[in-house]
Amino acid sequence: MTLTEQVITIAMCAAGTMATRFIPFLVFRESRETPDYIRYLGNALPLAIFGMLVVYCLKDVSFVSGSHGLPEAIGIIITVLSYKWKHSMLLSIAGGTAVYMILLHLL
Amino acid sequence: MADTNGKKGIILRSFKAAFPYTIPIFAGFWFLGLAYGIYMNVSGFSFVYPMIMSLVIFGGSLEFITVTMLLSPFAPIQALIISLMVQSRHLFYGISMLDRFKGMGWKKFYLIFGMCDETFSINYTANIPDGADKGWFMFFVTLLNHFYWVSGATIGGLAGGLFQFDTTGIEFVMTAMFVVIFLSQWEKEKTHDSAFIGIGASVICLIIFGADSFMIPTMILIMAALTIFRKPLKMRLAAEKGEKSA
Repeated sequence: MTLTEQVITIAMCAAGTMATRFIPFLVFRESRETPDYIRYLGNALPLAIFGMLVVYCLKDVSFVSGSHGLPEAIGIIITVLSYKWKHSMLLSIAGGTAVYMILLHLL
Repeated sequence: MADTNGKKGIILRSFKAAFPYTIPIFAGFWFLGLAYGIYMNVSGFSFVYPMIMSLVIFGGSLEFITVTMLLSPFAPIQALIISLMVQSRHLFYGISMLDRFKGMGWKKFYLIFGMCDETFSINYTANIPDGADKGWFMFFVTLLNHFYWVSGATIGGLAGGLFQFDTTGIEFVMTAMFVVIFLSQWEKEKTHDSAFIGIGASVICLIIFGADSFMIPTMILIMAALTIFRKPLKMRLAAEKGEKSA
């Protein structure tokens, strides 16, 4: 690839990304009332999205080989329980990650 | 004494409120950004590449794919289509943020530009304290996360293979963060139907389509489910918020 071709390729990736981020705001302008259906989606989507992102993070975990997803499962359980206990975002993220990293070395 | 009640005071308080939320992102982005920069370095690219790509694309998974594109024959339209597909989940973020970004003025452009998974998740769920400004808070979350990613990628690109310390598993910080964000949103809402729809659709599509191509079917399935169950879901959402169903 020449430098120009590289620049175009990178620009295409940036343009594709920005299109997905800007399109909702371009379609539903501030000046106009957001349609009822879109407003409903805006309220109902986030919890579904966060669930999807958790699954997305775990997509490459194999339950049939390696450590059978055990470090991930335990890491998440520690994260959830500590969050239920203290409600500290940082503590739970640090704790869950630390447990996961230790388990990777042990298992 | 600084004017703590004026505009500067509000900006400072917004920064102080935003920073703690971004600490896990700092850990995750530096790890992933370094890995990405190192990957580009060992693929034969100058640090300028990861620096500029992390600055203008600012979307982790796609940037790794872009490295492969740069090493393949020139195919700009294919690059655009892949980008649109990989990044399509951002459409959901925009729809969820339509009302929250209203009236943000000049900040709005940057808030949209920098709305990666992590930034969206924090800006959607964070409890912004009194005395801080919503717009500045979201601006600093976006800016800090962007800064972590670009600096990590640049340092990785400069250092290449020099890093040798054992950080196996640090990427779990992102999983843990999304789990915590999911939980905090779960606790905020009394009805959890959309959580089950999101997780259910993802797991079903992951099993059917595999790890590399389950995201788009998942999003279609989520949209379909939310549309089909719109009436009962909307009533429950409205009841929860104490509003009259429109």
